[in-house]
Amino acid sequence: MTAWHSTSSFGDLAERARRALLAVARSLLPVAAALVALPAVAAVLPEDRADVLYHRYEGGGVTIHGPSVLVRKKMAEKYSVSASYYVDMVTSASIDVEVSGASQYKEERTQYGVGFDYLRGKTTYSLSYTNSEENDYQAETASFNISQDLFGDLTTISMGFSKGWDVVRNSTDPLFEEDVERWSYRVGVTQILTKTLIAALDFEVITDEGFLNNPYRSYRYLNPADDTTFARAPEIYPHTRTSNAVALNGKYFLPYRAALGGGYRYYTDTWGIRADTFEVNYTHPIGRWILELGYRYYTQDHADFYSDLFERRDQQNFMARDKELSTFTSHRVRLGGTYEFLTGGTGFVKKGSASLFYDRIEFSYEDFRDARYSMDPNSDNFVPAGQEPLYEFGANVIQAFISIWF
Amino acid sequence: MTRANNRTLPPTCSPPSPAALARALFAACAALVITGCGNIEPWVKPYERQALADPIMSFDPHPISSSYMHHVFEAREGARGALGSAGGGCGCN
Repeated sequence: MTAWHSTSSFGDLAERARRALLAVARSLLPVAAALVALPAVAAVLPEDRADVLYHRYEGGGVTIHGPSVLVRKKMAEKYSVSASYYVDMVTSASIDVEVSGASQYKEERTQYGVGFDYLRGKTTYSLSYTNSEENDYQAETASFNISQDLFGDLTTISMGFSKGWDVVRNSTDPLFEEDVERWSYRVGVTQILTKTLIAALDFEVITDEGFLNNPYRSYRYLNPADDTTFARAPEIYPHTRTSNAVALNGKYFLPYRAALGGGYRYYTDTWGIRADTFEVNYTHPIGRWILELGYRYYTQDHADFYSDLFERRDQQNFMARDKELSTFTSHRVRLGGTYEFLTGGTGFVKKGSASLFYDRIEFSYEDFRDARYSMDPNSDNFVPAGQEPLYEFGANVIQAFISIWF
Repeated sequence: MTRANNRTLPPTCSPPSPAALARALFAACAALVITGCGNIEPWVKPYERQALADPIMSFDPHPISSSYMHHVFEAREGARGALGSAGGGCGCN
């Protein structure tokens, strides 16, 4: 694959963003009308802040790194604008690439985002648009959110809607082009429970329609000529998917100055995937340092049409062998720290901080085998198809970023 | 039931569609529920929220970092969504 080269002018992007945001705004007009009628009491917009981040992910034969920038600025205490820029530079020789017989590839994904918030009384209206481009995939998303403080600011309710338009291409087939449309509906409640405890409940429904496969991926089935090896055929996914996710998160201020957070998310979708996510984190300031420790556990059941090894070609209507759709668990451990500087401010800068986070993630698959063992019957390491060891891998994720408040 | 005569109603009087009725009803309910419940006495007073207002109590202290980590997990997991809505807050400002 070749690196992505932008063919869109800024004017095109701006026009697409305008149309997308208008479409989303029209769909939520009744809700906006209801909230405009609310009593007006002062609330605040997010702080003016600029972040520059470098990220690096390394694991499973894949290295992804790049910069990210996020800037947010208020105007007249009523409006806030934000802009973001994000790049993924990918070098991949993952197990999927190896099993497909391809060689290591490089590609680049660039994402731009703009956002606008309007504060009226205790209601914040937010519009945002993001555009993501790579040589074989383009995604646009427009979002609209409303949040409202209630009950003496003990409660914040929010609701939102997003619409996405993706174009899927295949770098080996110039004629291949398919579309995906996405809809997301969100509601959430954040509640102050006590002087030291706050909780948030979020619910989101996402529906996708279109070409949902990865066009480069294959499923595998027993080779009819030799059932110790396998053959491959292009995956076939359903053209629709609807998912439901509900998450409960809480944060508790300990008797000394430190915070303990925790959360759980329940997930289910029409493909038969069911997943649970648990997370705990601990934040501890020491002088100018803020240290963070965290642990996350994730587990999921496989999709109905997933199989590591089908018995024959065209065994059923839908067939997939993506490890992301298999049964697996992952553990994530986080260690990080933030150092605050210029705490007294200087010039237009109110304060600054430098952060470094390290995450170690371990993935263990329960029905996705390491098919590299059964690719070559003449290899010393050969293991018959279906009896290979289960696949597992670890990943190191590093984030280093500077934040400035102004 | 048949209409008394064959006159057709002018376009401005045509009955609203079920979808439009549902939208109007939802908007009306949202306005009533939200404005009608505004008088509940807060059990944690504004001056009792110094711990909640501490930056270490933020659900999302570094948005640039959390959106990156969401992307890392979403690309490798089947599950998605309910990661906290943009624009939401802790109500402690």
